[in-house]
Amino acid sequence: MDAMKSMFPSAFEVPTPKGAEGWQDLYPYYTHFLPQRRAQDDATFWFCNSQHWPTPFRPFDTVMLDFAIKGLGQYNTRHLLVPPANGVDYRILNGYVYFSPVAVPGEQIEARVPHFMERAGHYFMNWGDLYANWKDKVLAKIRQLEALNFEALPEVEALEVVTGGVGLDSTNQLFDQYDKAIELAYKIWQHHFEFLNLGYAAYLDFFGFMKGQFPQIPDQAIAKMVQGVDSELFRPDDEIKKLAKLAVASGLAPVFESDSTEVILANLATKAGGKEWLAQWEAAKDPWFNFTSGNGFYSTDKYWIDHLDIPMGYLRDYIQRLQEGDEIMRPTATLLAERDRITAEYREMMDDEAQAVFDGKLGLARTVFPYVEDHNFYIEHWALGVFWRKMRQLSKLLKDQGFWENDDDMFFLNRNEVRDVLWDYSAGWAIGVPYRGTAVWPGEIARRRKIYEALAAESPLPALNNPPEVITEPFTIMLWGITSDAVERWVKSDEDDGALRGMAGSPGVVEGVARVLRSPDQLSELQKGDILVTPVTAPSWAPVFGKIGAAVTDIGGMMSHAAIVCREYGLPAVTGTGNASSRIKTGMRLRVDGNAGTVTILD
Amino acid sequence: MIATDGTYTLAFAQIGKHDLARVGGKCASLGEMTQAGVAVPPGFAVTTDGYLAMLEESGLRAEIERHLARVDPDDIDSIDRAAQAIRIRIRGHRMPEAVEAAIRAAYASMGEGTPVAVRSSATAEDLPDASFAGQQDTYLWVKGADAVVEKVRDCWASLFATRAVAYREKNKIPHVDVNMSVGVQKMVNARAAGVAMTLDPGTGDRTRIVIDASWGLGEMVVSGVVTPDNFSVEKVLMEIIDRKISDKHVELLGDAERGETVEREVEAARRKTPSLTDAQVIAVAQLAKRLERQNGCPQDVEWAIDADLPDGENLLALQSRPETIWSQKKKAAPASAYAVGMMGIVNTLTNPLAARKKT
Repeated sequence: MDAMKSMFPSAFEVPTPKGAEGWQDLYPYYTHFLPQRRAQDDATFWFCNSQHWPTPFRPFDTVMLDFAIKGLGQYNTRHLLVPPANGVDYRILNGYVYFSPVAVPGEQIEARVPHFMERAGHYFMNWGDLYANWKDKVLAKIRQLEALNFEALPEVEALEVVTGGVGLDSTNQLFDQYDKAIELAYKIWQHHFEFLNLGYAAYLDFFGFMKGQFPQIPDQAIAKMVQGVDSELFRPDDEIKKLAKLAVASGLAPVFESDSTEVILANLATKAGGKEWLAQWEAAKDPWFNFTSGNGFYSTDKYWIDHLDIPMGYLRDYIQRLQEGDEIMRPTATLLAERDRITAEYREMMDDEAQAVFDGKLGLARTVFPYVEDHNFYIEHWALGVFWRKMRQLSKLLKDQGFWENDDDMFFLNRNEVRDVLWDYSAGWAIGVPYRGTAVWPGEIARRRKIYEALAAESPLPALNNPPEVITEPFTIMLWGITSDAVERWVKSDEDDGALRGMAGSPGVVEGVARVLRSPDQLSELQKGDILVTPVTAPSWAPVFGKIGAAVTDIGGMMSHAAIVCREYGLPAVTGTGNASSRIKTGMRLRVDGNAGTVTILD
Repeated sequence: MIATDGTYTLAFAQIGKHDLARVGGKCASLGEMTQAGVAVPPGFAVTTDGYLAMLEESGLRAEIERHLARVDPDDIDSIDRAAQAIRIRIRGHRMPEAVEAAIRAAYASMGEGTPVAVRSSATAEDLPDASFAGQQDTYLWVKGADAVVEKVRDCWASLFATRAVAYREKNKIPHVDVNMSVGVQKMVNARAAGVAMTLDPGTGDRTRIVIDASWGLGEMVVSGVVTPDNFSVEKVLMEIIDRKISDKHVELLGDAERGETVEREVEAARRKTPSLTDAQVIAVAQLAKRLERQNGCPQDVEWAIDADLPDGENLLALQSRPETIWSQKKKAAPASAYAVGMMGIVNTLTNPLAARKKT
């Protein structure tokens, strides 16, 4: 390779996809690669975070990017003073987000250590109390989000407004509700990161110690010692399984043969035992159906509670499997016994001094790990699910006022443009004239939608510019599994035979037929025994893991969702292949080797 | 049940740890495995009492001592001459009647004509620093009571192999301190066989079980005549991490007609085929792990898959002995003290593993 040439292209030389001209208008200026800053941005290594944002942003959806990345940064940089790491800088190029972690200059690291030890130390020492407090804070914000309500402005203000001497109108309420929603999302994202990097750091400390003791120990063995069996992320799936069992036990299975969720629920009400079943269904919905089939970062995410067809589909699958004699409940007692056995056997192989260190580090890793797993339910699934529902309510309201044509068109505006629309609506209402935006937005949204579709038709580049000689930034490695080795794999991926390389996420070797899924909407296409190939999986896909043969993802490391769930289900998984979902086509025969981390296309 | 007299012969199932001095390391280990419920081909030990009875009868011991007294420890020729004379003497000597009767009775109870392996089991074999491995004889596929009796005597004689005598002279081990027991064990009709170590012999890594396997009897693996298939199994998760399938060009098989083993060329189709299925690899690893647990230290296990037994019952342990090379090495102290608590976290963040691994 030419030494002068970058390993990956410059952002300034990447062409705009055909039909996506003007895409920059969709996103705020601070996300652009700005010509004024070209020298700095070209000297920086950027990698595409397609793990969290596998598809381009609609303009409104950058709200999640802004808040998440700012929240991640503030804890490293301003709260905890993580010695080697500040936040993660970000840019949007052709609709996809590129990240660049910001290292602390070498000479400043030392001075941050005592502060970090005091501040992070406080969290580790008081983890249980602080985590309990965290749940209270987050639940309170979820309740506030639930209480939000967007109502159309009245034809005339109520008489009491006048007689009560209020002196203010309904627009205040509208602005307050919107601002509150944005503020709550902002705060929710800060809480998301309050513990997260500390959790990863404690896990990684244990991980590094184990690798020091046993250089050849598989990553998955370390994960198995730490992972719990009762994560709240498993609850939605467990609830569906319990409902399936109850349906079979109560002789209600035939009712579920209908294709319509509405018909099923209506019929149940008339059947013996149906009322009890419906009561359990209702109880499970709140909070466990606040569960997205995506990752919570997109306005297009489908949450179970808003789309009961999704959990109903899983329920039908489970009922069928129960009738075929399958055991569907996770064997938690067996899993716990297995975790204890694995822990004891490695511990026995250490000397006394190492055993004491092992106990300490494992203890801390197990203390922090429930947060690492469970925060995802509280934030991405539950809180953000409510946030998106409220935003859809607002979008519908503004559609009814003539601002746009489709229920969800608001998401083609960014959050500040929405604030302007609320002003337009309020001012027009007060003045008694048509809202000006009704003449502007339908056309503009149509233009943006075309651009969006052109962006989505192209895959992102894995990275931009030259990687550093060695990737040492701890959170890049922890959160995205991006190591020097991974970057090498991206570069080589087009050059080798038919084998794709990734991380050995979950052990076992399986051959089968590929089913490539690019969106959760396609989940129902999966057939029993298929090898699931997808950019990234989400926790709410859990029910399909009972029927697939193996999983292959583009993105993700040892602790990625696909790897964790596959280990639970005893399925092979290869994660972080980079591009399996574009190189593999549905119907190809694959050999997935979850021990070696390879996927071979057999024909 | 094997009919033994309890003095000159002991069935493996009767042998306990306290019998070590009477049956030698190899038979004691077979006895222990049998008693612990490990599948071991059945058989019996001819105890050292049998060997001693032979020496005591008709002044054989005095004769041996006379030969050895004349040996110059630094002159290998003189050792060789003495050793050869002793061996001829032992082979030519009639076995005491009671001993021979006990052997014949025990063998008969296994079924006259049953092919057996006759293996020496010296009492000093497992001295920590004196590995006598390979210095005593093993006879495979022996058939008929006369042949068994003869091979038992040959095993006794093998105690005076030139190499063994020279070794004892050099290490000042009194010859009378080393006695010989002999194991008589039903022959395995090995479809595949080999060895399993409960650590990685290359690195000493105790999280691995490393298996060498080839077609036929395991002697081809032990002697290095074939390059065996090599499997590396993660000991805790019991997963096959690595496999190297070799070109296994010959195998050693039993020839029931001739009562001996024959080397045979492996046909082309089978040469590069794995000699064990994945399930068998895991079964061998589990067997080795179990033996390591039972013995409390890393083991070197010989095993075979019997072609005549049904799946699930066909994996047999032939021998298990302590691994001696890595087990005796002192573990290197860690380069620096472990960073614990917050310092551990700081270290992890400032020096992440993925960056460390990369050179």
